[in-house]
Amino acid sequence: MKKYDAIIIGAGHNGLTNGAYLAKAGLNVLVVEKNAYIGGAAVSRELENGWIYSNCSYVSSMLRQTIHRDLNLTKHGLVLVPYLGTVNFGDNGKPLIHYHDGNVGYNHLRQHSAHDADSMFKFQADLTRYAQLIRKTLMRTPPNPTSFKPRDIKELLWLAKQFWGLGEKELYEYMRFFTTSAEEFLDDYFENDLIKAAMASPGIIGTALGVYSPGSAYILLHHVMGDVDGNIGAWGLARGGMGAISNAIASAFKGFGGEIRTNAGVQQVLVENGKAVGVVLENGDELRANIVVSNLDAKRTFTKCMDKKDLPPGIYEKAKNFKIRGSSGKVNIALSGLPKFTNLPDNKFINQGGQGFVGSLETMERAYDCWKHGLFSDDPFIETVIPSAWDPTVAPPGKHWMSCFVQYCPPVLANGGWNAKQKEAFGQSVIDKIERYSPGFKDLIVHKEIRTPVEIENEVGLTEGNIFQGELTIDQLLFNRPFPGYAQYRMPIKNMYMCGASTHPGGGVSAACGANAAREILMDLRKPNTVPEDSFYDE
Amino acid sequence: MNTLMNSNHDLAAAYEDEQLQVTHFHARSSKFNIREAWTAWNGYKFADYYYDAQYEYFCVRNSCATYDICPMQKYYITGKDAMTMLNRLVTRDISKLNINRVTYLCWCTDDGRMIDDGTVFRLSEDKYMLTSGSPCIAWFKKAAVGYDDVEVTDVSDEIAALAFQGPTSCEVLKKMGLEGIENLKPFNIMHFPFKGDSDKKLTISRTGFTGDLGYELWIDPSQALDLWDELYLAGEDYNIHPYGETALNMARIEAGFILPGTEFNEALKTVHLHHDQTPFELNLGWLVDFKKPHFNGRTALLKDKTDGPEYTLVKLDIDGNKAADDSYLYDSKKCKNHIGYITSTMWSPVVKANIALAMVKTKYIKGQIWAEIYYSKEIRPKQKIVECTVVNKPFWAPARARATPPLRY
Repeated sequence: MKKYDAIIIGAGHNGLTNGAYLAKAGLNVLVVEKNAYIGGAAVSRELENGWIYSNCSYVSSMLRQTIHRDLNLTKHGLVLVPYLGTVNFGDNGKPLIHYHDGNVGYNHLRQHSAHDADSMFKFQADLTRYAQLIRKTLMRTPPNPTSFKPRDIKELLWLAKQFWGLGEKELYEYMRFFTTSAEEFLDDYFENDLIKAAMASPGIIGTALGVYSPGSAYILLHHVMGDVDGNIGAWGLARGGMGAISNAIASAFKGFGGEIRTNAGVQQVLVENGKAVGVVLENGDELRANIVVSNLDAKRTFTKCMDKKDLPPGIYEKAKNFKIRGSSGKVNIALSGLPKFTNLPDNKFINQGGQGFVGSLETMERAYDCWKHGLFSDDPFIETVIPSAWDPTVAPPGKHWMSCFVQYCPPVLANGGWNAKQKEAFGQSVIDKIERYSPGFKDLIVHKEIRTPVEIENEVGLTEGNIFQGELTIDQLLFNRPFPGYAQYRMPIKNMYMCGASTHPGGGVSAACGANAAREILMDLRKPNTVPEDSFYDE
Repeated sequence: MNTLMNSNHDLAAAYEDEQLQVTHFHARSSKFNIREAWTAWNGYKFADYYYDAQYEYFCVRNSCATYDICPMQKYYITGKDAMTMLNRLVTRDISKLNINRVTYLCWCTDDGRMIDDGTVFRLSEDKYMLTSGSPCIAWFKKAAVGYDDVEVTDVSDEIAALAFQGPTSCEVLKKMGLEGIENLKPFNIMHFPFKGDSDKKLTISRTGFTGDLGYELWIDPSQALDLWDELYLAGEDYNIHPYGETALNMARIEAGFILPGTEFNEALKTVHLHHDQTPFELNLGWLVDFKKPHFNGRTALLKDKTDGPEYTLVKLDIDGNKAADDSYLYDSKKCKNHIGYITSTMWSPVVKANIALAMVKTKYIKGQIWAEIYYSKEIRPKQKIVECTVVNKPFWAPARARATPPLRY
């Protein structure tokens, strides 16, 4: 039987990135994927003839440019096309438009609040400063703070130096930033509720927190620390949908000699004498390898894919208690035409970006209250984007599709589990809300795909459908991710590693987790490092 | 009394002569220029960008976009001696150029220094159209002296022309009803009756300056606005948009195309000795054909080829992401021995690389190349020295640009 150097579980973008860097170093690598298709949550699928959905993740900003350039993903078919504008709808009245041109954007903000239009400059400067610091850590392995290894001490000193470099006053602010709520953070800058709501909304995306919950400010930062061509906080579409990212990485991986096997779900990680030695597939096939890398989330890896007896005491509990709450849903809607929104100018450029149905801070908090009670709100926060408005490849000419990310959606309903009727009602709550801002929207609908946490878990494999593979709160970040003591991609079983978003730097289509894990693995195997150092615009 | 102080003074009339010319498409294209971002080209009012340069660049790479090439210079060379005269003028052998074919070429002084580059279209047996970025009529007239049956006519203002580039461009032309356009091969020309009227001729060549799939549309100025309307109607669902000079410059650097005043200094406008270039220096040796009959610059160019040009234009992939504007190049990180300079540079949004065109002393091309880059960080000047890698292929050359019919966008 063929023995691989490494088997990676899960052909999501991080698993494929990990595979690409291991294969680049000359290892014989197999990626096994439970679905018939690759991509995990960075996937494009044609469920209705002619329309290509980005079924889960829908926009790109975090993808490390260094990896894009190093793996030559453009040659493998990846092109990222930036946003041009974004619109945020309040509960009523004039929507807030973010124009790509700075002066035009300033003039528009002034119509909402002259104070906030001015304050926005300081806000952007402060946020960029915070983002720049955290960006530097993305492609570095977090130090173990309790270790006395020279490497850990060196890395801790590096981290301390970065923080001290902010200056004393900013250091206090930064510490506060990690623990405060999005709303409190924004209170320091803005007076206008719609502006605050719009700026706060990234703080709740994908998380089981509200805009008033401590910790949501960091989530906000996590969503703006990416960039497109050096514009920090900018977002873009992957041409052809998010699957184009996974496909390009897969193509690079195969170019290095890597192998992918689909329809190959893993039943269990094989452990012998305390060492991972391979996997058993759901069909009973046994595959052997020197190392096993899990791209699944930490909870799924240790509670579903391993024999409890193989784990050191305490690990099962740690994994079981890993914070990975389901809080979001997704509705993908194929449309026969471009929806028009009331109170918005007929300006094609502002369609080429996101729309936030934010309502107000209060609206978002009430939706969170529903989630806490196991309900979905009839007035949810929805972040939408119409990729077909500027990607000609994802819908027939003149036709469109809308990606609706919905916060919140409970993993379990108060009145029992999800069923077809409730799932339809959830989708309807989203459509009804959009219809309020876009009369006639319902008549445009050709096809829809409704995804509650149940579908996301069953199809993608993310526990409870949590988009980050685990909450991004300070207790689960940096050297605490996924568990204290196991933040350097090595798992409690020898020869077993993790490379998914449950590891540093967390969720988002960054490819950094997979690359970081590859660097550690190659170090253990005494192979030359193939993973590039990150480089930045803001150096 | 100062005229400016006189409230009755008609400013528009007083300075009418100072207004830039507008192109045949201006009535339509100016509507798109909501930022009033104008610059000038050959005396014409010309868009730097219309809405947003980055957006327009992505239209070229992601959907489709138009570039107003009315200000580009166009000359008819007609008569029985047209081919012989042209073949004497340019360095490439055009005697084998078939009717309805286009080719890229350049022309030089007798010292082998490049005057300009452009394209030549063979429209019929004895009729060629030569295009160039800058006016060349004086030189062409001189070049025609001694040929009995040849006429050089400046038709720059008499032809309305629009470059139409991008992955969805072929689809839009198909939607316009231009049957068979998908079979048009690169550098070929097709003629269509415009709007079904055989008296109105629309000429389309599969040419362009973006390195992507694209076409150039040529029509009588009386039909210019109708052409614009037809094209924009067909292109509505394909995100058609005009692009300006900034976006064009980005696209052409990625394609590895040269510009006068940037990669080369037009020989006839050069003051200092050898501050102009030869085709060999510009890596355009493939445009020079010594097997054909005598042509302007032949002797000097043969010597340049034999001796090897002092400099050679190369494509560079530069470490990091700081644009190496006007950078000096060196053969080591110590920056002691100066071996060349950057001519054009940009961060490429599609390739995700820091790319450049550069003139490097030929003997140093195979060795290390380091760029000394100056940039500013919140008004403080910074300097860094980074390594450059010579790239042989264009930075952006999608298969769809060469395939016939073009690949699915």
